Formats: sequence, structure tokens, C-alpha cells
Amino acid sequence: MHQDFEITMDGLSKIEGHASLDVKVRKNKVERVKLKISENKRFYAQAIRGKQFESVPQLVSRICGTCSIAHLTCCTEAVEKALDIKPSEQTMLLRKLMMYGMMIRDHAMHLYLFCLPDVFGKDSVLDFDERQHELVHHAFEVKKAGNDLSKLIGGRAVHPPYAQIGQFSHLPDKDEAKKVIEELERVRADIFELVRIFYDCTFSFRKKTRFVALTTPDFSFLEGIIKTSQGLTIPEAHYWEHLQRIIIPYSQAAGFELEGRDFMVGALARMNLNRDKLHRETKRDLAKYIRMFPSENIYNNNLAQTIEIMHCIDHSIEILESTEFKNEPKAEFKIKEGKGVGVIEAPRGTLYYAISLDKDGKIDYGNLVIPTAQNQIKMENDIRNLVYQNLGKSKPFIRYEIEKLIRAFDPCMTCATHFLKVNWL
Amino acid sequence: MKKLKVGLFSFTSDEGCSIVLIELMNDHLSEWERNIDFRYFKLLKSKNELKNLDVAFVEGAISTFKEEKKLKEIRRKSKRLVAIGSCAVNGSPSNLRNFFSEDTKKEIKIVLDRFGHRDKVSALNEIVKVDDNVPACPMEENIFLEILNKYLKEFKVV
Repeated sequence: MHQDFEITMDGLSKIEGHASLDVKVRKNKVERVKLKISENKRFYAQAIRGKQFESVPQLVSRICGTCSIAHLTCCTEAVEKALDIKPSEQTMLLRKLMMYGMMIRDHAMHLYLFCLPDVFGKDSVLDFDERQHELVHHAFEVKKAGNDLSKLIGGRAVHPPYAQIGQFSHLPDKDEAKKVIEELERVRADIFELVRIFYDCTFSFRKKTRFVALTTPDFSFLEGIIKTSQGLTIPEAHYWEHLQRIIIPYSQAAGFELEGRDFMVGALARMNLNRDKLHRETKRDLAKYIRMFPSENIYNNNLAQTIEIMHCIDHSIEILESTEFKNEPKAEFKIKEGKGVGVIEAPRGTLYYAISLDKDGKIDYGNLVIPTAQNQIKMENDIRNLVYQNLGKSKPFIRYEIEKLIRAFDPCMTCATHFLKVNWL
Repeated sequence: MKKLKVGLFSFTSDEGCSIVLIELMNDHLSEWERNIDFRYFKLLKSKNELKNLDVAFVEGAISTFKEEKKLKEIRRKSKRLVAIGSCAVNGSPSNLRNFFSEDTKKEIKIVLDRFGHRDKVSALNEIVKVDDNVPACPMEENIFLEILNKYLKEFKVV
């Protein structure tokens, strides 16, 4: 039987930001899949031009509510590289902690609030029954622990004010730090249940995939070398040269290919490429789950995120317990002309900032590459495959499968659309 | 038991206020489950209904004609409308393009035209009547809680 149908999904739910999707099937052929990122542009790349360098990290922090710490940290790194500022070891530790707090909170939001309803066949976490209610409590405890960790270090979990170029303006309060350690230890127990759920989950979508991630020596998301599952290694500063920006006329965000092909960034890529560097206690306690990797099942992105939460908890506890934070002299530097590249792993994958300063320290131009924009072409290709594999099934079924798959990627549409034109040369 | 019928809407912004709201659930969820019926909250639910709301909380500034139309619909279907966060309250920082030079405005025009953007980005009160404001970026959580509690009383939920 020939199948002709169209699916239009306006305003996908339980993802960060706005997106919609058109699918057209004619005579059993998937003629069209359009993933339209409909989040409205806010033109941050234009807005930072001419701004003084100190103010820019806090401005770009406003690109994204949920991962503002990633934008702030990555842009700070780019500015520091442009001015040859080397942050102290203590500053780097504080940055790691602040990033860990965000990862815990952001992954927990995605896993508990966006994905668990799919696993339990519910519309929303607000509809969970008695038995599942325990998990709702876990959700909010785990998120709170991450939130409190970021607050301890950055002063706030969204757009943290203490994080500055070259340093932090405040050091963590000792008593507060103790409380956060206790909180992290308490929620650590909750993660065992979450990891079991995503391990037992039978959702599967497999396809040969090129994975890309910044591999860091302590799995801290901050400094390292970009690797691909094809064995390519790329220094941070050269990432842009391997990317091709693809204009997608119906989407407010551009997509990217790496060496002419689609690819995937994010927790699954990090786990596939760098799991050896997880914290030893995470490796010890979650060995069975870590053995699932490398994996090409997109749904294992959720399992990878859960394992990352555990790593963030374990490494944060270690840093907080073993570090005596001291007042340090202000980072000294001279304002000068220069270019800098910052690359970090944001919750959803590799984040790239390049900026150029003029001799007065004003931004000449800026360029950024967002994880969701890098995943956009693969997401669309995978949806096309998913529809093809499920031809003959009902439209509501296909619709739901598409939504589930998109959620597994954990896209962030607010991040993806902020930018118009590439100015980096 | 009577519950406050609430919608949460998100326009041009970084959705940081939604994130703050979700973080407030860490401490307030059990109370809100008793008092609040979230009729529209796309970040948490697939099945959303814009109908007969007591209070609409709206984040983000208005950048496109489509958003303007939707905002007016929300206003018609809600007894009270609250602007949350500085994008909704005064347009900033989502209104950066309002302050661009003529050259930069020319550069972005093609995108503005293709996706139906308005000439300028507006705060909510330039388009509809706003009953209350929760300022700051992201929104100040204590003011949000005060306003929410005020409406819980006004609509005789508590």
C-alpha cells in the first residue's frame, strides 16, 4: 500500500526553546523533513561589536538561560586568550565547580523533567503517579544541589555575577561549601536509580555517527583537544577550519557539517570519546553502565548525561574537600589588539567562541558555534530515517517517535539562534 | 478543590525566567501541586491549552508579528497578565537590535524580513495591558513569589 501523509508539528514541547517540524511522505518516500528552529534571533553577534571586552561575557551569558554559565565561561576564555591572560590554578578549579553545578542542574532538568515522561508514557512530570512521585522529589533535589553549587561559586545559578575575566570576585564561603558537599553526597544516592532507568530503557535509534567532543584530561569540560570518532584530533584554535556552515533557509539557525558530513556533539560524544577520564569513583560505582559505551544509540545520550551527573558530583566533592581557597592578587594584563578562541564542552556539546579585540579592548567581531547548530543537520537526517523505518505505522505513533528522538538530542533552540553572519576570517 | 489556572508563555528571550521558575519548584512544587493548575507550560508539557486562564506569566520581548498576535490572544484569554523578567518588562536585553546603527540594521534586514520580524522589539506593555511586573534578568524570584501569592489570595485559592 502506498502511503501519502504529512506531519506538521508546531511548537515542540519539553525542549529548550521553540522549534517546529514538517514531514512530507509521498508514495512511501520521505520527500521532505524540515526541522525549523523558530526561536527568534536576538543578534548577539552584532550586539557585541564595539563593546568593551569586560562587559561581553555577561552580555553573551544572556544567549541562554539554562546554560548561561557555559556561554560566560567560553567567552571569558576567548577574551583571556586574546589578552594573553593565564588564569590561576584556583580560578580554573572554581570554573570547573561552577560548570559542574550547571551540568548537574541542566542534565537533571533534561533527564527528569523532559525525558522521564517519555519513559513512563506520561505527558508531563506533573502527571506522575504516587510511585513515580519519588522521582519527582529526586529531580528537584538533584537540580537544587547543582543550583546551590553554582550559587556557591558564581553567586547565582543563571548569569552568575562573581565570574570575571581572569578571576572570581568572591571566594566560596566555607560553611556554605560544607552544606553543598553534604547536599551533593545526599543526592549521589538518587543517581543510582536514574542511571538504572535509562540503562533499562529499551528506546533505540542507531545509525553510523561521527562523534565530536573536546576531550579534557579530568573530564572537566574546560581545556583539552577536540577529537572525532574517526581519529581526527584538532587543537581548540583550529576547530573553525574544519567546520562548514550550512544555511538552512527555513530555520532561524544555521547548521554545521564537519569535513563535509553531519556529526553529533554532546554527552554521548563525550562518553564515547573520553569515558576513561571520568572520576575514579564514578568509574568504580557505575562500571556496568559505562561499559555500554561506545554506543551509536542516540537514546544513550540520556544514559551518558546521567553518568556525567555522577562525575560532576564526585569531582566537585573532591575539589571542595581538598582545596583551601585563598585570596589571590588581581589578574594583571595590558589591553591590546588580539584574537582569541575559547572552546569548552557545554551541556549539549562543543561550544566555540572566537573574538577579536582592537587596541582599545573593544570587540571588532565575534563568532560562535553552538552545540545545537552542530547537531541540527544530523537531527534532521535522523528524523528522515526514523520516518522511513516506521512507514506503515500510524501518524500519531510516528509523531511521538519523532518528538522522543528530538528530545534525546537535548536541543537548545534559544542557543541556536542568536547569530546571523560569520565575521571570523 | 479550587486551583489557580496558570499559563507560562515564552517569547523572544533566553528562557532564563522559565529556568528560574523551574528552580523555584525545587522548594515549592508540593505546595503548587495543591494550588496551581498549569494549563500551559510548554517546557514541561505536550498538552497545553490556552483557554480561560486566571493568570498568564509571560517572559520575553515581542519581536515578530506572530508573537504580537499570540500575546494579544493570551491577554484576551487571561484575567491577569504578568510580565516576568526584564525582556518582558522593558524589552532588554532581547531588544539589542533596536539600538543598532543603520549599517548593522541593513545587515540584518534580510533575516528580519524573511521571518516576519517587526520594526522594533517591544516590551509587553507597549502592546497589551500588563497587570504586574517581575523585574531583573533573570527575574527576581522573591517578587515573583509575592505576586503569585497575591493572586492565589485574589482568586480565593488560599
